[in-house]
Amino acid sequence: MCGIVGLFLKDKALEPKLGAMLSEMLVSLSDRGPDSAGIAIYGAAAGNEAKITIQSPKPERDFRGLDTELAKALGAPVSIAVKSTHAVIRTTPDKLDAAREALQSLRPDIRIMGAGEAVEIYKEVGLPEAVVDRFDVRKMTGTHGIGHTRMATESAVTTMGAHPFSTGADQCLVHNGSLSNHNNVRRELIREGMKFETENDTEVAAAYLSSQMAHGKNLGEALEGTLSDLDGFFTFVVGTKNGFGVVRDPIACKPAVMAETDQYVAFGSEYRALTKLPGIDNARVWEPEPATVYFWEH
Amino acid sequence: MPATKLSKAAQDNASRVFDLDVSSLRELNQALHNLTPGSNETAWEVLNPKGNHSVAVGVDQPVSIDVRGSVGYYCGGMNSGGAITVHGSAGPGVGENMMSGSITVKGDASQYAGATGKGGLLVIEGNASSRCGISMKGIDIVVHGNIGHMSAFMAQSGNLVVLGDAGDALGDSIYEARLFVRGEVGSLGADCIAKEMRPEHLELLQGLLDRAGVTGVKPSEFKRYGSARTLYNFNIDNADAY
Repeated sequence: MCGIVGLFLKDKALEPKLGAMLSEMLVSLSDRGPDSAGIAIYGAAAGNEAKITIQSPKPERDFRGLDTELAKALGAPVSIAVKSTHAVIRTTPDKLDAAREALQSLRPDIRIMGAGEAVEIYKEVGLPEAVVDRFDVRKMTGTHGIGHTRMATESAVTTMGAHPFSTGADQCLVHNGSLSNHNNVRRELIREGMKFETENDTEVAAAYLSSQMAHGKNLGEALEGTLSDLDGFFTFVVGTKNGFGVVRDPIACKPAVMAETDQYVAFGSEYRALTKLPGIDNARVWEPEPATVYFWEH
Repeated sequence: MPATKLSKAAQDNASRVFDLDVSSLRELNQALHNLTPGSNETAWEVLNPKGNHSVAVGVDQPVSIDVRGSVGYYCGGMNSGGAITVHGSAGPGVGENMMSGSITVKGDASQYAGATGKGGLLVIEGNASSRCGISMKGIDIVVHGNIGHMSAFMAQSGNLVVLGDAGDALGDSIYEARLFVRGEVGSLGADCIAKEMRPEHLELLQGLLDRAGVTGVKPSEFKRYGSARTLYNFNIDNADAY
């Protein structure tokens, strides 16, 4: 089943409430998937820092002293903000790739959840309520975000199998459905040089979009490509540094409802997820059409 | 909650207004199920449905229920005799397997509205999504707006009336249901064809429009679609395909 949500703010006054609004939306869909939950929040990109969200099975061991060691390895300033099993590393944008490599050799057990100038990604096994509490998501500010609560079908219930999946800078994706040609597409993307962390079908969709955008397509064009190149059931909600997109497969059996006002564009697997948004009673509410790409950019 | 306690709570609450911000959905549905023939509690109002699933499912007495807001999955499912009005939009499967009575949705309906319905009247005043009337078995469905793809898939009997357009693959593998569409049809599904509108069909359609409260629309503006009946028997020439 799975439940997915997305919120793209147009009104800056709502930005301090993004974490709280998105958390509320996700928790309302808890019974669509009890296995794991995750959320990606896009803060305003400052332009002078890069962020890497990392996760460790043994955070106390792995995160201690990591900022000092990483700063030394990079020859650049590094800060670390620990939140439970996750931590956000900040450094200068030119050191992003070097930092990723250094992290893997300094701490082989950590996993990179996502990286970029704006995005932070938190995901764990457990119910949405527990996950948003653990990472204090309700207090987060930002411009847009996406979330997922998972009922696992295609791969194991693990932290890495939770959504959102991020396979490119500031890019991430949540998925309701299941893909049937993911093994083939994964092989093709590996040949192109993409790297995969899991056997999960959704990670392939995320990597497919990253690959398309790396070839110069914009978010809308990349989403258009999923309709011909990915086989299976899907409703995708995608975030980029300044954008937010939605696409459903042509059969469109995975539910989707959207709402738009002057203040925001919101997505939910069900209308339930949208009922507490401000001004929802007067919002334009509709179901995204099958095989139709929707996207918004700041 | 033990059943005895539940029915006590439901009885205490058996006034006609149920606020789902205060009472549980289960209390509402239990109170509706506790109704007996001849009950005076014939007018019900449900407040704050907020996309909840299964609102007023399994009603089996001729009561009227006004739901003030939008509902989630399966509203009015299995309805038998109730007159349910949703003053908002409905999620997937509204009126699924309805037996009799009526359901009116003032807004839009999500996918598979009226699926497998055996009787009664389902009116969608906005648009309906994909798979509207899938496997319908005698229900009448009137949609003021458009319907999505794969509607009336394997529809067995009953009538589907659409004042707007129909999406792709309308009536795929249809049996004996009648489809009346006033606007464009994206495409017809396997074994579904346009059929002649004879006087008895015009009369039938006028009756359906009247029952659904549709005015200013003439039956002659519609086209009729139904089964070509070529899939009813196995064609031996296709044996190689299996």
